[in-house]
Amino acid sequence: MKLRKVRDTLLKLLIWLCGFITVGTLAWILIYILINGFSHLSLDFIFSEYKGDSHGILPMIINTIYIVLLSLIISTPIGIFSAIYLVEYSKPGKILMLIRFATETLQGIPSIIYGLFGFIFFVTFLKLGFSILAGALTLSIMVLPTIIRTTEEALKTVPVSYREGSLALGATKLQTIMKVVLPSAISGILNSVILSIGRIVGETAAVYLTAGMVTRFPRSIMDSGRTLSVHLYMLAKEGLSFEEAFSTATILIITVAVINSITNMIAKKIKKSTVGT
Amino acid sequence: MVGDVLVTSNKITEHSDSNMTQAGMHTDKNNNGKNKNCKSFLEKITEKTFLICSLISILSLITISVFIFANGTSIFFKVGFMDIILGMVWKPLEGKFGILPMIVSSLYVTAGATLIGVSVGLMTAVLLAEISPKKLSGIIRPAVELLAGIPSVVYGFFGLIVVVPLIDRYLGGGGNSLLAAIIILSIMILPTIVSISETSIRAVPKEYKEGSLALGASHIETIFKVILPAAKSGIFAAIVLGMGRAIGETMAVILVIGNTPLIPNSLIERARTLTSNIAIEMGYAQGLHRESLFATGVVLFVFIMILNIILNVFIRKAGEIN
Repeated sequence: MKLRKVRDTLLKLLIWLCGFITVGTLAWILIYILINGFSHLSLDFIFSEYKGDSHGILPMIINTIYIVLLSLIISTPIGIFSAIYLVEYSKPGKILMLIRFATETLQGIPSIIYGLFGFIFFVTFLKLGFSILAGALTLSIMVLPTIIRTTEEALKTVPVSYREGSLALGATKLQTIMKVVLPSAISGILNSVILSIGRIVGETAAVYLTAGMVTRFPRSIMDSGRTLSVHLYMLAKEGLSFEEAFSTATILIITVAVINSITNMIAKKIKKSTVGT
Repeated sequence: MVGDVLVTSNKITEHSDSNMTQAGMHTDKNNNGKNKNCKSFLEKITEKTFLICSLISILSLITISVFIFANGTSIFFKVGFMDIILGMVWKPLEGKFGILPMIVSSLYVTAGATLIGVSVGLMTAVLLAEISPKKLSGIIRPAVELLAGIPSVVYGFFGLIVVVPLIDRYLGGGGNSLLAAIIILSIMILPTIVSISETSIRAVPKEYKEGSLALGASHIETIFKVILPAAKSGIFAAIVLGMGRAIGETMAVILVIGNTPLIPNSLIERARTLTSNIAIEMGYAQGLHRESLFATGVVLFVFIMILNIILNVFIRKAGEIN
């Protein structure tokens, strides 16, 4: 009996220890990078170009925004329409299974493979060159599964009675989807978009092989451009400046934290509205 | 218009208990025969558009596979399959394309990271789901989520600036090593393992726990002998997902592993994984050298496919149990 108690206490200690390791590591990483980053962070660093003596990151921020917007413009409609087809139109069968298989497999492919593909297909085969457009096209395929999956979940939470009510009032299927189903699922759909923003901002390997690493301001989407993550990679890899690397990492972490809190807020809202009905 | 409404409402009553999508399909079919007005044309067009959009993911997958395999398999015939897969020497400029060191290093790194990540992550999941007070879990959980969202290159940078010097100081060897990569990757896969395991632990029916407690088992015994075994499919899925992330990670690994294309003999030696091999040399590779990098991609792709199949088996099992 005593032995049992000792063993239980030991195991419990082990569990707490592991939890402590997880949280401790997170805190360590965050605090270490944020403290070092903030000491170098200045408005001048954020809002100046990367040229000569000036080592600002504004071009990288602009490039990142370009790539995020362009990827979303391409992937959001495709993703949402696919989800609508899967939830509202498709019948169980071969096509549905194929689409499921495709999205699941796409989700599991590592980003370096996307990079390789983007490099050989968009950059070389379609002759887009290292460009923001090539990067955005590659990333849109990469985030497509996330958008489809999350939008599907959102559409499924819309009660069937809403659809029945709308159809019974004489609305067509398309009207029902556009005016009843989509508006009720809007926060979930928004969530899928925000999740993809996080993934695009954090991506390095795929962008590095498709969008290149030029540090100028982009003149058009056919220009090569370095995103923030790639910039951090280059700074760390070449050992150029650890101070700048810390600050860039800080900005990335803040971006991710903001994105996370927005998705949490949306998730809470969804929970409230579904519990309410 | 009136016919439209009648048909629709008719179908609704007929199918009110079947699911909506089927009702919709029938409505469309009936509309076709009766009134081909502009509205039903629009309906058809949009449905086709939606279908085409959803076929894009299949098309993408096919294009990706075709291009990677087309560019990566011809070298196997030119140089010899065995010479590449089992070759020990990677000197692409001298025509030696052995990627065995990279395969072995990738496996070492993945195994190491999974071992550490799973043991710590699973225990953290148990803590969150079963032991810690609700309020504490409410603080830890968002923290773990934040950990999941941080870009991998930030982890790599942290590894380069903190973990590598620590290894160099206490174990020697320069710090850039297999061990550094294992540590960074295990931190990176922690969030995946914690959140999925926690979800599957929470999905275990309460009766299991109550029954075990009622039989006189202690809480800890219940966790290890009843709850965890019941949640094992979900936990395995978490492990496989974590492995996929570890074997596919590129930039963070490049920053800490040292990138020497040799089979490491100890944890503190430098190594190079499949992913880092591609990313490092792709920038300047030409001709056969470039093809060899695509061949590396093919090997990685095959590993990922195997993991995906295993994952699907576990997910199906988890689905059956629930």
